Amino acid sequence: MIDTDISIISAGEIMTGALKMKTSGFRLVQICAVRTADGYELTYSFGREYEIKHLRVQLGTDEEIASISDIFSPAFLYENEISDLFGAKIKMINLDYHGNLYRLHSETPFKN
Amino acid sequence: MSTRSVVPFGPQHPVLPEPIHLDLVLEDELVVEAIPSIGFIHRGLEKLVEKKDFGEFVYVAERICGICSFMHGMGYCEAVERTMKIEIPNRAKYLRTIWSEMSRIHSHLLWLGLLADAFGFESLFMESWRMREKILDMFEYSTGGRVIFSVNKIGGQRKDMSNDMIMDFVGILDGMEKEIKALSNTFLLDYAVKSRLDGVGILTKQQAHDLGAVGPFMRASGIHLDTRNLGYGAYSELSFEPITSDVGDSYARTDVRIREIYQSIDLIRQAAQKIPDGEFAVPVKGFPSGEYMMRVEQPRGEAIYYVKANGTKNLDRMRVRTPTFANIPGLVETLKGCQLADVPILILTIDPCISCTER
Repeated sequence: MIDTDISIISAGEIMTGALKMKTSGFRLVQICAVRTADGYELTYSFGREYEIKHLRVQLGTDEEIASISDIFSPAFLYENEISDLFGAKIKMINLDYHGNLYRLHSETPFKN
Repeated sequence: MSTRSVVPFGPQHPVLPEPIHLDLVLEDELVVEAIPSIGFIHRGLEKLVEKKDFGEFVYVAERICGICSFMHGMGYCEAVERTMKIEIPNRAKYLRTIWSEMSRIHSHLLWLGLLADAFGFESLFMESWRMREKILDMFEYSTGGRVIFSVNKIGGQRKDMSNDMIMDFVGILDGMEKEIKALSNTFLLDYAVKSRLDGVGILTKQQAHDLGAVGPFMRASGIHLDTRNLGYGAYSELSFEPITSDVGDSYARTDVRIREIYQSIDLIRQAAQKIPDGEFAVPVKGFPSGEYMMRVEQPRGEAIYYVKANGTKNLDRMRVRTPTFANIPGLVETLKGCQLADVPILILTIDPCISCTER
């Protein structure tokens, strides 16, 4: 990963950012969450052949972000995973497991 | 209109060695929708990176899966090495490539056996796994292990293979190639096998792209992508082309994996000719800092290893995006419109590894 491949955007810009990727021929490669002091860092990775680009969002602990699963349908798995493990608030996932994608002994184990 | 019914499939099912669940919406015997469910055995291994020293974590990474254990260890090491700007010796790159390709042969033979078992061809299953045993013997001979090898470390390899040993392996693979040809003739030409695979579970090129499919599952739909072309290990010095098919059905997925076995044998031959003498590891000083996303072509497809380091012995984050996780949306698409009897075969054609997915 090279820093220049990462575009930092706000949570409100994720839909337009994802849509731009879609119209440019990219597909969703992965979404990765990292816990930070103030919340979460979400990195959305998109691939077109061997090229890869990332959109990064700094999300506050109680801040909500819209799901991109209407634009990239495979996103539902990544978003449910992030919601289950980290407790990040992702709204309007097209197939929302409501915290039950993983059967966990404790809630949001990656949050702390 | 036919009556719709929902049939639960898994997590315990004769064709599934590991737990995955699907809610199949049926009209008579026709699947019209499938809702996947995973997470029965999620282990949270990624979280351990905050407690284990970054060097020790190689052993955890290897235990993500028992089939591609070598490549999990290697992918993690390559990611950490790049954050530390470590250039490993050329011999280590070739060793990683040889062991990776042996892993691919062993994984594809294992999958062929499981496929044969799923459609009830027991002798074909046993023949596939008999050949796989030879690769496991080679692993045991070269690393001391048959499942977990522990030969990767940050900065190179823990063990070397002598050039004589590598040439012995090439000799064994030459013999195996002839046996695999006989095996592949049955898989690709036998009427009964073809009737279970031909035209079943088609995934178009556009669907494979849009649904983020990876590996042989994606290449069988005509997408010409193979992460080995990014040039990690010694792949930039070896000659190969991604193996693809334009058909996108279960037969094409079988065909692609069989041809990849021959490709792996050829890559090992090339590597045996070119492997340089010298060191196979470099000393590592300091702690990793920064972040890196490493992409590795595992037998099931592209795996992604993301590491974020803070300059201490513990990483902030290590994430693995496994190929099976990426292939689940594609699997759900292939199930739509298939017969209930074809569901087990279709699940197998993505070569699912739930152990990887439940890292």
